[in-house]
Amino acid sequence: MVNSILIKGGSISGGKKADVLIAHGLISEIAESINTSADQVIDAAGFILLPGFVDLHTHLREPGRENSETIATGSLAAARGGYVAVSAMANTLPVADNSAIVEQVAAIGKSVGLVDVFPIGAVTKNLEGRELADLGSMANSRAQVRVFSDDGNCVSDPLMMRRALEYVKQFDGVIAQHAQDPRLTEDAQMNEGIVASTLGLKGWPAVAEELIIARDILLANMVGARLHICHVTTAGGVEIIRWAKAQGMKVTAEVTPHHLLLTDELATSYDPIYKVNPPLRTQNDVDALRQGLVDGTIDIIGTDHAPHPVESKECEWQNAAFGMVGLETAFPILYTTLISTGRLSWERAIEVMSSNPAKIAGYQSHGRPLQVGEPAHIAIINPAGVLTVDRAQLASKSKNTPFHGMEFQGTVVATVFNGHLTHQGELRSGSHE
Amino acid sequence: MKHLLSINDIDKDFALTILDTAAEMAKVSEGPVKKLPTLRGKTVVNLFAEDSTRTRISFEAAAKRLSADVINFTAKGSSISKGESLKDTAQTLQALGADAVVIRHPASGAAHRLAQGKWINGTVINAGDGTHEHPSQALLDAYTIRKHLCGGRGDLSGLHIAIVGDILHSRVARSNVLLLTKLGANVTLVAPPTLLPHQVEQWPVKVSFDFNAVLPTVDAVIMLRIQQERMSDLYFPSEREYSTLFGIDSERLALTKPKSILMHPGPMNRGLEISAEAADSDKSVVVEQVANGVSIRMAILYLFIAGSQESVNG
Repeated sequence: MVNSILIKGGSISGGKKADVLIAHGLISEIAESINTSADQVIDAAGFILLPGFVDLHTHLREPGRENSETIATGSLAAARGGYVAVSAMANTLPVADNSAIVEQVAAIGKSVGLVDVFPIGAVTKNLEGRELADLGSMANSRAQVRVFSDDGNCVSDPLMMRRALEYVKQFDGVIAQHAQDPRLTEDAQMNEGIVASTLGLKGWPAVAEELIIARDILLANMVGARLHICHVTTAGGVEIIRWAKAQGMKVTAEVTPHHLLLTDELATSYDPIYKVNPPLRTQNDVDALRQGLVDGTIDIIGTDHAPHPVESKECEWQNAAFGMVGLETAFPILYTTLISTGRLSWERAIEVMSSNPAKIAGYQSHGRPLQVGEPAHIAIINPAGVLTVDRAQLASKSKNTPFHGMEFQGTVVATVFNGHLTHQGELRSGSHE
Repeated sequence: MKHLLSINDIDKDFALTILDTAAEMAKVSEGPVKKLPTLRGKTVVNLFAEDSTRTRISFEAAAKRLSADVINFTAKGSSISKGESLKDTAQTLQALGADAVVIRHPASGAAHRLAQGKWINGTVINAGDGTHEHPSQALLDAYTIRKHLCGGRGDLSGLHIAIVGDILHSRVARSNVLLLTKLGANVTLVAPPTLLPHQVEQWPVKVSFDFNAVLPTVDAVIMLRIQQERMSDLYFPSEREYSTLFGIDSERLALTKPKSILMHPGPMNRGLEISAEAADSDKSVVVEQVANGVSIRMAILYLFIAGSQESVNG
């Protein structure tokens, strides 16, 4: 059993180089040079130490869809991606709309022990949009749920949304909305635009997302509640959120790694590996999402890690499942697209990957700065490392990555969760003393 | 070129080769012995996951006139209706030794999946995939237009062709826009705005909402079938109104040039997008399209399977 870890020579949060000693789950010392003996010593010269990542949008599929992912396999995938906390979306079978399910998910997560698994509760019973789920019971359960979402479905009834926003104020909850007007997206397959028109696939208009974002921002503002917008994908959505923040409204927003990188042109192959909800949009949208993340309009990266078995993707586009796995590739994509080019500072990267999601969800032991006395949740990054994505090598039980064969810079070489190494990749020296 | 999935798979020269080859094939069909030995020993599978009697029969007749063995694999009563995946169906056909699979499928891109899924070695011919494309229909339309208006030779330069109706959901329209413009024709789409694809202005066509204004300059009118369920999806207020604004009848037909032709891929909704008088008028070439369809499909099967472009009379 490894009790103490000494990480030598890494750059702390992208700044000064220092040695970091971890003991009993906490950061016990940070100094220019530490020569105490430790159970494990990691040579982190050239590496960057960041606060461990927090995902606010993870589909772990358990209970009910263990053929796609389990809490164990999803936790391992998360650890490989530098994550120390994930938020298990409610659309399991049965749905996490009551305290029994959320407590079960949290308990399994704890027994796996690779990351903190925080269950998200459904907003409405069985995600059906007709009756509120047991929001208070879930909040008061041992899982202490604070984030509620019908993700996969939109809470489309404006009265239902208003009530949910109001109700969760009593325990400082937040509603994470999957913004998709259902009527405007019936049977929709991909972004509505010239590519969909040419391919003969039913279009998913940007406005179906934007009008729900606008509506919910106004509702949340009226009732003084916290609203989080899941996976923003359109330039118009970014603009609406920018406006709302300028008015001082309480809204936070998320973008996925895949929407920061991929466009609807990929659907030309008809390969459903590129089928995702919300859909891949245009380059103009990608540019707006990147700008929004850089300037603070968008608060966090959420993976929307959505595992699906092979047969759900090895078929015709319209019959395929929506979704992509993303935990193991999130940071390399962020590094390659925005950090390595200098557009996103390390400070901002820490916010979007760790401290902001922890703040939004109220995960108090997460997103903390790397300082003495703080919980030892650390992602160790090799900025020169190159990841060539190989779906066969993914820890996730499902292999539905759209990034297979792509090369990214900026790898997660190790993850420390609660003072324990939960992932160690290309470490140069792991000598025991 | 191995597969015919989209009109984008063929260039102008090859499109003209297909039309020229179809003309030779038509002579075979008109002769006393309607058969060539060209594809003897080859197996053509008609994989029809969607009902389509006329296209299936047309491909079947074409394959048989080229002496191929034909296996029909249709939706009703087959493993497809029992939920078998496209992959398993494809692998079954591969095991049966299919040299070519002619596929009709309700999902856009199904032919692409079949061809690119590495499940099958044979040639894939798209016989209509969802609301995407129907290349052989476009080729037979181009053949019919060329025969009537260009003396059966060359390209379609200078011709003005209107495609009228439910462009949004029409695979015939998509393939025709690509092919007819590739062959030099000017194409105008006539439809209510609700039945036009988003960003259609990026297609190389003109768009009009005024059918009567377009008719005097057109050489050919292609009417598209309007499906009745479109009304309940709020695309237009009533069949009557659709018919009044976008249907063709003998009065509208009279607005066209004397030598213009009227086309319809079938099956027609008489009284909805086309009146009986228009459908049966001298300008209508609807029945001839069916005959030309067999010649075009013989040419496609010959060129794509035999992989040879030498004269069929050689």
